[in-house]
Amino acid sequence: MTAPSPAAPTLAVFKLASCDGCQLTLLDCEDELLALTGRVGIAHFLEASGAVAPGPYDLGLVEGSVTTPDDARRIREIRARCRVLVTIGACATAGGIQALRNFADVEEFRRTVYARPDYIETLATSTPVSAHVDVDFELRGCPIDRGQLLEVLTAFLAGRRPDVPDHSVCFQCKRRGTVCVTVAHGTPCLGPVTHAGCGAICPAYGRGCYGCFGPSGSVNLPASIPLLHRDGLEDRATERLLRTFNAAAFDGLDACHEDEEVRP
Amino acid sequence: MSDRRTTAVLARTGLDALVQALRARGRTVVGPTVRDGAVVLAELSSAEELPFGWGTRVEAGRYRLVRRADGAAFAHTAGPQSWKTFLHPGREKLWDADRTADGQLSVTEAPRAHISYAFLGVRPCDLRAVAVQDRVLAGGRYRDRGYQERRTGALLIAAECTEPGATCFCVSMGGGPGADAGFDLALTEVVDEAGHRFLVRAGSDAGDELLAEVPHRPADPETKAVARGAVDAARERMGRAMPPVDLRTLLGDSLEADRWDDVAARCLTCGNCTMVCPTCFCTTTEEVTDLTGDHAERWQRWDSCFDLDFSHLHGGPVRASARSRYRQWLTHKLSTWYEQFGSSGCVGCGRCVTWCPVGIDITEEAAALHDELAARLRQDGQRGRGARGVRDVRYERKEPER
Repeated sequence: MTAPSPAAPTLAVFKLASCDGCQLTLLDCEDELLALTGRVGIAHFLEASGAVAPGPYDLGLVEGSVTTPDDARRIREIRARCRVLVTIGACATAGGIQALRNFADVEEFRRTVYARPDYIETLATSTPVSAHVDVDFELRGCPIDRGQLLEVLTAFLAGRRPDVPDHSVCFQCKRRGTVCVTVAHGTPCLGPVTHAGCGAICPAYGRGCYGCFGPSGSVNLPASIPLLHRDGLEDRATERLLRTFNAAAFDGLDACHEDEEVRP
Repeated sequence: MSDRRTTAVLARTGLDALVQALRARGRTVVGPTVRDGAVVLAELSSAEELPFGWGTRVEAGRYRLVRRADGAAFAHTAGPQSWKTFLHPGREKLWDADRTADGQLSVTEAPRAHISYAFLGVRPCDLRAVAVQDRVLAGGRYRDRGYQERRTGALLIAAECTEPGATCFCVSMGGGPGADAGFDLALTEVVDEAGHRFLVRAGSDAGDELLAEVPHRPADPETKAVARGAVDAARERMGRAMPPVDLRTLLGDSLEADRWDDVAARCLTCGNCTMVCPTCFCTTTEEVTDLTGDHAERWQRWDSCFDLDFSHLHGGPVRASARSRYRQWLTHKLSTWYEQFGSSGCVGCGRCVTWCPVGIDITEEAAALHDELAARLRQDGQRGRGARGVRDVRYERKEPER
């Protein structure tokens, strides 16, 4: 594969509080990786190379949530250096698993867990990147889907909007011919309220969706919860299911209804 | 005409002879089979893959397989798929575009599939649904090429309905458990002391020819009578019914009904109803480009009026609320479909009732809309408002169609 021309757009990958899984999805694009490196100059991607080119960058991918004062400062700096900023994964788009702290006393954690709590500088909440800076596009998932990442990158290169539908996982189950695990098996499933994108993997293996892509564009959580109860989840288990990967995102939807359109 | 068509009896083993005859002709045989706790539609290599001995117990939002002692193959109700999965698939490539060396674009239509289907076990409600999609996708000015090709080459073997489910209501939609048109062969399964057999009627030349290749015996009066009796009995055993009113007018006059808020509070807007519906046909297109930017593809994929993007215009979706999206679906299905395609869009198969995770029941919603409209018309009548009163003349109860 030829090296990208000096005029090729530059790509930078950054990490905040996260497990690195979403960045690894980029390296996991095995068959397409060479084609990608021929089209973009990878200027900053510590997971792949220690060689770092200075910004500004044409496209920045950010993984992870903001959990420390340093993150909060760094994300502003990253934003300033990227022409287009795309957040990747549940942490960067919704605060991730670590947003569980939003419902607890972080001070108490600090005192209990660490031998020297005074070494730990942390914020009381884990927040998505969009809570701090403007984001051009948010790619969901824990981790993100390889195909969707490539779609975002190719859309960026072609100067078009990525084709990343906002609808529910049910759309993907039905398109791939998966038998509904809720209706046919009575398995609790977050599919009807979860953003599509994974290809509906879990129901295809007989499991309920656990919502790792976060809420879809049109969620009716009050209607969904009685269904989870019917299928055997107690209140506490329902809360745990909703608070796994996108805790803060589902939590904000508990009582809310969509905006009514203006009726004549 | 129909008198010249063959009516015969096929033994249980004759069913496999039928499958093999179809396969020998190069047809892809698709029929019901058990997978993942449901009767799904899939390619069959032998009649043994049919769901012999399986029935279904369904309710709104609930579907379970149950064992049947009689070993019947066609005693199940509608599964999560319909024949549109094959005739009008969820995703289909339309064309490729390549940038040529001189910078021009070269567009190539997607290669034709050349698939010749034989559908085995098509329910009468689904025969009607195929006819509805024929009008929509191949009957007008703008035809879906892929659909038309697959449909023209498809052979339909109906299985009359003798075991309607709790969510079935075809009779109240003007249909019924018997196959009256649109099939090449129609089977009626009979299991009694005289054995497990199928009354088979040819409905086309292709059906007659096919039947001639398969071991069969002349139809005896006894088998005919039992088969007819079972189908007649099924007509009386529909689990549900639409309110016996002019649904087209009901929906047309219910645009501002309060009931839409009620159903919107329950609706997940997940889109399952539209995807299991055998007549819902809406698609969108997606453009796929590759990393080089020299190759692009256009794909057609199922869309749904429950998707916010479905009505996305400049500035946002036109139908942002669940209320407006559910209303759009039901009003189109039961009312404006007439204006567009000359019939109702609903055949009463019950899939949207069974496969809605929260069990929203189209017949119950229609009944509630009817009650609300009737109450409003009564009130208006008492207040002496003529204008609305005139409408309720048009909005009369009607006899259920037979």
